[in-house]
Amino acid sequence: MRKILLGLLAVCALALTAPAQSGTVLLNAAGATFPAPIYSKWFDVYHTAHPNVQINYQAIGSGAGIRQVQAGTVDFGASDGPMTDDQLAQAKVKVLHFPTVLGAVVPTYNIPGVTASLNFTQKALAGIYLGEITKWNDPEIAKANPGVKLPSDDIVVVHRSDGSGTSYIWTDFLSKASDEWKNKVGKATSVNWPVGLGGKGNEGVSGLVKQTPDAIGYIELIYALQNNIDYGSVQNAAGKFLKADLAGVTAAAAAAAKEMPDDFRVSITNAPGAAAYPVSSFTWLLIPAKIDDAAKRDAIKAFLKWMMADGQNYNEGLSYAKLPKPVVAKEMKQIALVQ
Amino acid sequence: MKRLHIIWRKSLNVVMLSLTGVAAFGVVSILFLILGYFIYDGGRSLNWAFFTQLPKPTGEVGGGMANAIIGSFKLLLLAALFGLPVGLMAGVYLAEFGGKTFAYVIRYTVDLLNGVPSIVIGIFAYALAVQPVKHFSTLAGGFALAIMVVPITVRATEEFLRAIPNSLREGAMALGASKWKTIASVILPAASGGILTGMLLSLARVAGETAPLLFTALGNQYWSPGWSQPTSALPLMIYEYAISAYDDLHRQAWAAGLVLLGMVLLANLGCRLVMNRRGVRGV
Amino acid sequence: MDGAVPPQAGPRSFVHRLRDGDEVAHVVTLIFASLILLVTSLLVFILWEKSQLSRAQFGWSFFWTSVWDPVFSHFGALPFIYGTLVTSVVSLAIAVPLGLAAAIFLAELAPRTLSDYIAFLIDLLAAVPSVIYGLFGIFIVVPMMRTTIGPALKHTLGFLPIFKGPNYGVGFLTAGIVLSIMIVPFIISVSREVLLTVPREQREAAMGLGATRWEATWKVVVPWARTGIMGSVFLALARALGETMAVTMVIGNDPKIAASLFAPGYTIAAVIANEFTEATGDLYLSALIELGLVLFLMTFILNGLARLLILATERGGGHTS
Repeated sequence: MRKILLGLLAVCALALTAPAQSGTVLLNAAGATFPAPIYSKWFDVYHTAHPNVQINYQAIGSGAGIRQVQAGTVDFGASDGPMTDDQLAQAKVKVLHFPTVLGAVVPTYNIPGVTASLNFTQKALAGIYLGEITKWNDPEIAKANPGVKLPSDDIVVVHRSDGSGTSYIWTDFLSKASDEWKNKVGKATSVNWPVGLGGKGNEGVSGLVKQTPDAIGYIELIYALQNNIDYGSVQNAAGKFLKADLAGVTAAAAAAAKEMPDDFRVSITNAPGAAAYPVSSFTWLLIPAKIDDAAKRDAIKAFLKWMMADGQNYNEGLSYAKLPKPVVAKEMKQIALVQ
Repeated sequence: MKRLHIIWRKSLNVVMLSLTGVAAFGVVSILFLILGYFIYDGGRSLNWAFFTQLPKPTGEVGGGMANAIIGSFKLLLLAALFGLPVGLMAGVYLAEFGGKTFAYVIRYTVDLLNGVPSIVIGIFAYALAVQPVKHFSTLAGGFALAIMVVPITVRATEEFLRAIPNSLREGAMALGASKWKTIASVILPAASGGILTGMLLSLARVAGETAPLLFTALGNQYWSPGWSQPTSALPLMIYEYAISAYDDLHRQAWAAGLVLLGMVLLANLGCRLVMNRRGVRGV
Repeated sequence: MDGAVPPQAGPRSFVHRLRDGDEVAHVVTLIFASLILLVTSLLVFILWEKSQLSRAQFGWSFFWTSVWDPVFSHFGALPFIYGTLVTSVVSLAIAVPLGLAAAIFLAELAPRTLSDYIAFLIDLLAAVPSVIYGLFGIFIVVPMMRTTIGPALKHTLGFLPIFKGPNYGVGFLTAGIVLSIMIVPFIISVSREVLLTVPREQREAAMGLGATRWEATWKVVVPWARTGIMGSVFLALARALGETMAVTMVIGNDPKIAASLFAPGYTIAAVIANEFTEATGDLYLSALIELGLVLFLMTFILNGLARLLILATERGGGHTS
């Protein structure tokens, strides 16, 4: 009996300690939840095509992605808010930003009895998130939605509880929409929210909004679509109300494509143009400029090249916009900088 | 007047005593309620895929938690490997060798460690096992859990060793056995039932811990080969899926919850039954 | 025979004694026991050292600042201390009466076998992992709070400031309720054991003087076990303070101080769990670790008090849980 047990234990030990097959490259990445659906799709597809490369991506938030890249505890990170100069300075290695997809952040809401798609002015969104507009039938909201019967219920504001690039994009937009927001709260992956409940990840926010009547939250477009949550139209810089879609996001990126800075850190919220969706953003992979492990380096570079070519074909299926061609061309050159 | 007073006291008596009964059964019903929900919701969602497949990409329906089950198993193995021997040896020290002051200090420290919130243990494990080597790993997670296994094991070992009557020790020594031989071949085997149940209980407790794993094991979509890669674990998956917005993931969270709950309850049930049969009081 | 050494005159050197199996065993077990001491000291040291930046920056004001602002690097612990205390107090307010009543039933009224079985089942409740309670909380308690409990409370007690304001389902009260379910087993388990140690003569004397069963219990037995019961309450409180997963799933994660129990809040453990992996900036991380240190201190003090109280009732030695 003892012998059998010992034998079993030995077999278990062997099985569990079996190292990965030689030649397998394991990459650990962490960061944004905003692009998590497309990234998990990409890493899955890439792994099927290249079984010896396995990329484990944990969507723990852009803030965490930046932090873990700074600390060097992951092979690369992902964030929807570009790293600030301070954050770059604190990283142990130089970090390169690689835009991957374009996405939109939409205001989603769950108002009992309201099935129409609502229009939100910039002032309305800023006011709601500042806690100054507290009821759904507030004139600022009502005037943009003639013909819709809005209840006099209190608005339940939902934001992110974790450090998030989606929050960065949203607060970036609000900072441009409202000076009061800019001075009082500012833009960052994690801010001191004047009001609201915190949900963890895009999943957490969409979950809270879905379950809480009279709630409003901001999430990535794909989460709204996948969960059948109503989302509203946002007024852009030209004054038009646009419901987020691929065309709107691509239009927002068009201007940026021409003047893309070398480090790719650019904000395209509130972009000019009648067709531009105002809460659009690039999202970036944060790749260390210096990777010591040759196998990992090659795997990452190969993935990046794949991502910019074949990978982009999956974007639209998941409601992310493709990268503009000039941006891709510029990025290909940056790959060479990863050493 | 006196009659009224007596009637009042008598009725109060009946009312209060019945309330206590209500309270007791109320608490027990909550347990059955929780169990019931898990069996119902989790049972519906348990299928073969759950045990054999890897998680699907975000938003896609289906997939399973095979890697989380193995991950939990590996973490428990590490916790047992690192934590149980320390607990056992320390328990032996306290019961058989300890002097007055130092033993008191050790006991106090063990109690202290037992009371540390698991999130703080997570911070500690991150500082010691993740930061210096610059990556998250199964080892770091196992280390965190091992720390949590020690206090219960120490206590169980010490208590059950102490429960062995001195006559056994004296008898062995009278036959010429040295102290350590007495402990190893006579006392420990005699107390083994209780000690093993203590160990099993401590492992059952850490099996359900999530907080210490958040910054040590991190999580993994795939299989985690070896010991130095991040790994998935059942409690982590439950947490991640429960707060998500996808109904399919909720379904899987209930199933995982049922598996975890089942494991923990079975371990506890088993231990109690064994201990009751041996006529020893619970830990 | 192993270790048998012929008697010698004079003390033996350490190395000589080491050949003796007993000494080896003593040293080996001592090393393992010291390991525990080492690890615990290291834990405290690391908490202290890594919170250095934050302590230097904020000093004592950390405790009464209610701002938690990562953008402007302004950190204060007050909302989290508040949240931790409020949820714990609410959970105690629910669990102590419930737990004590159940313990009285089990110790005084129920036949011994039934009492043992029920105590056994309640101990099982104690073994349920925190994340399971969280899951139960999100899908069962939160909707119940939003649709049933909340409106009922507002209808009857809505004039009280603690029940004013919007009811989201998540919040202090929900977290308190989930916590109370988690800690009630500890109160019942320890209180029951302590009540069982009260000498039978006490009860009999009281009833001999004409007291009803209830009076005997409430006025004689329970006060006798008073310190032990308080110890169980402190133990439960310590557990409630450190509880992470269940709380973060149902509290709303908002670092605000609010009078209403329906409002969302935040606890120390929850904010560490949520923000630790993403704290960009050393000061931010240091502030979180300082919060961990605060929590550690709080639970340390409470656990210590609890043990003292429980031991005090248990005259005649022996350990309880």
